Amino acid sequence: MNPEIASSVAAGAYVVAALLFILSLAGLSRHDTSRRGVVFGIAGMAIALAATVWLTAAGAWGSPGATIGLVLLVAAVLVGGAIGLWRARVVEMTGMPELIALLHSFVGLAAVLVGWNGHLDAGHVSAELIDIHHAEVFIGVFIGAVTFTGSIIAFLKLSGRMSSRPLMLPGKNVLNIGALVAFVALTVWYVVTPSIWLLVAVTALALALGWHLVASIGGGDMPVVVSMLNSYSGWAAAAAGFLLNNDLLIVTGALVGSSGAYLSYIMCKAMNRSFLSVIAGGFGIEAPRPGDEEQGEHREIDAEGAAELLASARSVIITPGYGMAVAQAQYPVAELTATLRARGIDVRFGIHPVAGRLPGHMNVLLAEAKVPYDIVLELDEINDDFADTDVVLVIGANDTVNPAAAEDPGSPIAGMPVLHVWEARDVIVFKRSMASGYAGVQNPLFFRENAQMLFGDAKDRVDDILRALAS
Amino acid sequence: MARIAVVAEQPGETRVAATPSTVAKIRALGHEVVVEAGAGAASSFPDSAYAEAGAEVRGHADAWASDVVLTVGAPADADIALLRPGTTLIGLLSPAFRPDLLDRLAAQGVTALSMDAVPRISRAQSMDVLSSMANISGYRAVVEAAHEFGRFFTGQVTAAGKVPPAKVLVAGAGVAGLAAIGAASSLGAIVRATDPRPEVADQVRSIGGEYLEVSLDKLGGQEERVSADGYATATSEAYDRRAAEIYSEQAADVDIVITTALIPGRAAPVLLTAADVAAMKPGSVIVDMAAAQGGNVVGSVAGERVVTDNGVVILGYTDLPGRLPQQASQLYGTNLVNLLALLTPAKDGELRLDFDDVVQRSVTVTRDGAVTWPPPPVQVSAAPSATAASAPAPETAPRKTLSSGARNGLIAAGIAALFLVCAVAPPPLPQHFLVLTLSVVVGFYVIGKVAHALHTPLMSVTNAISGIIVVGAMVQITAEDPLVRVLAAIAVLLASINVFGGFAVTRRMLAMFQKGAGQ
Repeated sequence: MNPEIASSVAAGAYVVAALLFILSLAGLSRHDTSRRGVVFGIAGMAIALAATVWLTAAGAWGSPGATIGLVLLVAAVLVGGAIGLWRARVVEMTGMPELIALLHSFVGLAAVLVGWNGHLDAGHVSAELIDIHHAEVFIGVFIGAVTFTGSIIAFLKLSGRMSSRPLMLPGKNVLNIGALVAFVALTVWYVVTPSIWLLVAVTALALALGWHLVASIGGGDMPVVVSMLNSYSGWAAAAAGFLLNNDLLIVTGALVGSSGAYLSYIMCKAMNRSFLSVIAGGFGIEAPRPGDEEQGEHREIDAEGAAELLASARSVIITPGYGMAVAQAQYPVAELTATLRARGIDVRFGIHPVAGRLPGHMNVLLAEAKVPYDIVLELDEINDDFADTDVVLVIGANDTVNPAAAEDPGSPIAGMPVLHVWEARDVIVFKRSMASGYAGVQNPLFFRENAQMLFGDAKDRVDDILRALAS
Repeated sequence: MARIAVVAEQPGETRVAATPSTVAKIRALGHEVVVEAGAGAASSFPDSAYAEAGAEVRGHADAWASDVVLTVGAPADADIALLRPGTTLIGLLSPAFRPDLLDRLAAQGVTALSMDAVPRISRAQSMDVLSSMANISGYRAVVEAAHEFGRFFTGQVTAAGKVPPAKVLVAGAGVAGLAAIGAASSLGAIVRATDPRPEVADQVRSIGGEYLEVSLDKLGGQEERVSADGYATATSEAYDRRAAEIYSEQAADVDIVITTALIPGRAAPVLLTAADVAAMKPGSVIVDMAAAQGGNVVGSVAGERVVTDNGVVILGYTDLPGRLPQQASQLYGTNLVNLLALLTPAKDGELRLDFDDVVQRSVTVTRDGAVTWPPPPVQVSAAPSATAASAPAPETAPRKTLSSGARNGLIAAGIAALFLVCAVAPPPLPQHFLVLTLSVVVGFYVIGKVAHALHTPLMSVTNAISGIIVVGAMVQITAEDPLVRVLAAIAVLLASINVFGGFAVTRRMLAMFQKGAGQ
């Protein structure tokens, strides 16, 4: 095998792969083309992997490490692939946020390892570029390690193995900025005198920073965190591309990085907050204004009453939130939708961008339960229709339907775009208790004259309504 | 176990205090229910229906001698004499206008609860008879007007010619006004509404009316029109002048006027003067729902149908709810059930009157031989957040946003930094930066078009392709250093999980998204 030919073929393959990745993301812009998009992605990945394996094999042919290296490579791909396919098959759709966070951590860890290897095996780098190489090692390891621990913490929080309450260390902003300053100082030091203990130090520093960053962010901000980590994992790959002189890694890393950043931006806009304020955490810890609790009395309704309201309605909008995922209520909700639609009632869903713990989480859950996607609408599409709607079911959502955001300029969530459910004729709120939402803000919706509370587990209550409708 | 009686009303009252269905609900609270023979006849509820619901049908004196007596209107003196001391009487007693009645009830030792004294707070809404009756009145007012009116409400184009739609003006968009707007607009009329409270504009529009604002811009700005107890208050002189102009203009234009303006404790305001009525077209109809309180229209007579010289019909009916007796009885009966539920918290048939509860305190007009009217004032808890809004919230500082100058400066600095790095850096780096910047730009454009619903699949696909770092690890796996090889192998393994897992889970997710069969 000729390494020269192999590397030029690989270069060509990388261009094709990069193009296929772009087409893959473009395909995801619409439902009709989304499956084709994934096929493009898989094709791109297959081409890139095949070219790389050939390049590796050709480059190492005849050298002592070749055989064992190739065996390791094939074994690692097979084992990793098997684990990945198995996890993808068994994961619950409600568990998607955890899985995605965990997958981010793998990219982060892989980037750290690639960076370390860059330090250990820097033989081929020319003297002129060695300083730059060192800086690249450092940056790659830093981003990778932050992504790694950050994703692990996000995974623990999302899967409930760790409290989702934000960690409040004193002076946390100082800690974060201090870590960044220390990183810059260490980088300069390392470039001047490369030594392994500096690399150990920066790895430890970055791991601690990743842990602290995500630990101090609360559960409701998880959509931002997960997409932010998505972005970081992309930048980690891009940094590895700089390190290894590999344009495919840079292109792909930049695509992923900008996609995550864009999603974070959408999420932040949906909460009317700046990216920095989410990352700095601490939202919702503010003491609610005194007197907020004294908002009035709520009215209760039972499942039979709710069924009657629904049966006599002409149009119904369902606005789900994280509570629906927690209660696993998407199946009965889908059944309710089908029942009502069979009676000629217009049923639609209104999804707030930050509903759930992952961008688009609710859409996936509803799709899993076979709710047709063309009745699942987003905030802007449906917000004007609430005034003409007979009944709105609020299932496990709170802050995303809070009228205070639109009407009370003193509210901590003032200005956040919310679903205007209160404009409908009747609103039924499924809720476990009268506790306030994630943001710690009392919700005046519950005390509106057209709102009624249906207490209890969302799944049980929806089942009750189904029974009442059937009888 | 308390014995609760539903008694027959005075002649002229068509409503009854309980229907068979509310009797069942009262019994569910643990009470025994007796119904005076013939009590529901005027509302088309025969005695047998009450008996089926579990009530006992008794004679007049027997029914009045119960522990609790439910009525609609105030009882006659002869009936009060039948009440035993300690009895609880619940009905519409108009305590503000009938001090003599309260004295007599107190002298008899009766505890009297007046349903029209329910405070206007959210919690008591389910007992608010004034609202439930106003709703019926508003609807019936339109029906009465349609009955008198010689034309269609809705506009039509027929073979026999074009029919213009009727124009309806509703003065006052309270419960009755909104019900009237809804009824008239669903009959197809063009409906306009006035109200001194500008915040009702949205409610008016939501049920098909057009809100005529009394513009005060020329008169020194907006006035606050919401009183602490949730009712409209009296208006200023300047406002009244402008409003009078609007009524004069409208009277000449519309076919039907329905007036609902009431101010608690005062005579009803006059909205249409004699001149306004005279300017109306012959055949026009006015329903003055405030006739009992003096009337909103000059020339209306309480309880009477009046035809003016220019052929305008003025209806001053005061029994509008009673003209829908079944509906009114059902709603009134439900209001009573809700009050009884509040009075029997344990659902054990034991009536307990708790004076610490603001609702129970407010409705009680006599107790233990003493008159307890008027109650201490109640502030509406659901008052508009005027107080909250007027107190500036110090902790919410205005959001820090970069000025456009600062933003442009930052962008310029970024471009300069990129330029410097690329100009100074040795060969492969500028190329890499070019690739990076272009990819970021492409990435933003491509991702910006992704549908919200596909964000989760997008994340898992980007997750899978960020596993491309496997390429980097593969290149390192044939190094001579065994440690490097092991680390690279681990990295390959981790990244492979990502690649395969990410794509597989995306495919699984996308397979679930399906389009509806189209409805």
